[in-house]
Amino acid sequence: MPVNFEKAFGIHDDALLLFERRTQLISENIANADTPGYKARDIDFNQTLQNVQNKNGARLKTTHQGHINLQQQKFSDDIRFRQVEQSSADGNTVDSQKEKVAFAENSIRYQTSLNFLTRKISGLKNAFKGE
Amino acid sequence: MSVFNVFDVAGSGMSAQMLRLNTVASNLANAETISGNKSDVYQVRHPVFESVLQQTTNLNTNGDVAVVKVREIMQEQTAAIPHYRPNHPLANNEGFVYSPNVDAVAEMADMISASRSYQNNVEVLNTTKELLLRTLQLGQG
Repeated sequence: MPVNFEKAFGIHDDALLLFERRTQLISENIANADTPGYKARDIDFNQTLQNVQNKNGARLKTTHQGHINLQQQKFSDDIRFRQVEQSSADGNTVDSQKEKVAFAENSIRYQTSLNFLTRKISGLKNAFKGE
Repeated sequence: MSVFNVFDVAGSGMSAQMLRLNTVASNLANAETISGNKSDVYQVRHPVFESVLQQTTNLNTNGDVAVVKVREIMQEQTAAIPHYRPNHPLANNEGFVYSPNVDAVAEMADMISASRSYQNNVEVLNTTKELLLRTLQLGQG
């Protein structure tokens, strides 16, 4: 019976990549909290998950070697600008508090996926040993 | 690994906020600097931040990262405050000395804002480091 790692790890290896990307985006938002005109960006986790699972998001196909492969930039078409409740005079749309919450939430989610993966790997290891 | 970009981003944010703190210190320290000439008076300084999309040297990267850059240090063109002190050694012919127009309250508020933003960036850095270290231990548990 061959072991299918894709099945064994489920969505968690993909999720890890997504959380990684979100970590970067939210850190950009926090770092640019005082930059005039900066627009906060984020990825909608649920929407992206659905896209990944259904593989229904419209993607550009590269049929020529001169084409730029947008697929390389993972999740780049899932990035959205944040909607603001109150805009500031300098055009900045970062809400530091919200970003901090989003960052904390994202890092917990990342650790959760990491834990799931660790458990799955140790499960596989046990199966291999057959003790 | 786009997580490594976080170090660039948070680092740029920290250095920008540190520069802001520096200008605040400079403004407050020079609040009482007296000059005998209107044009030689210290001008209040403030940094202007801008967001720059930086190409990452990282392979397998996720596009660009938006780092913070200090575009310029703006000097406020506010009028100096004249004081009539004829006995002052720096006083001009009419007996006036000039002091810069530093708004100490605004500077203090700016200082707190800069320090909070700096702390936010440090927190991001620490959390990311923690996540990376835990990722390194993946599968060892």
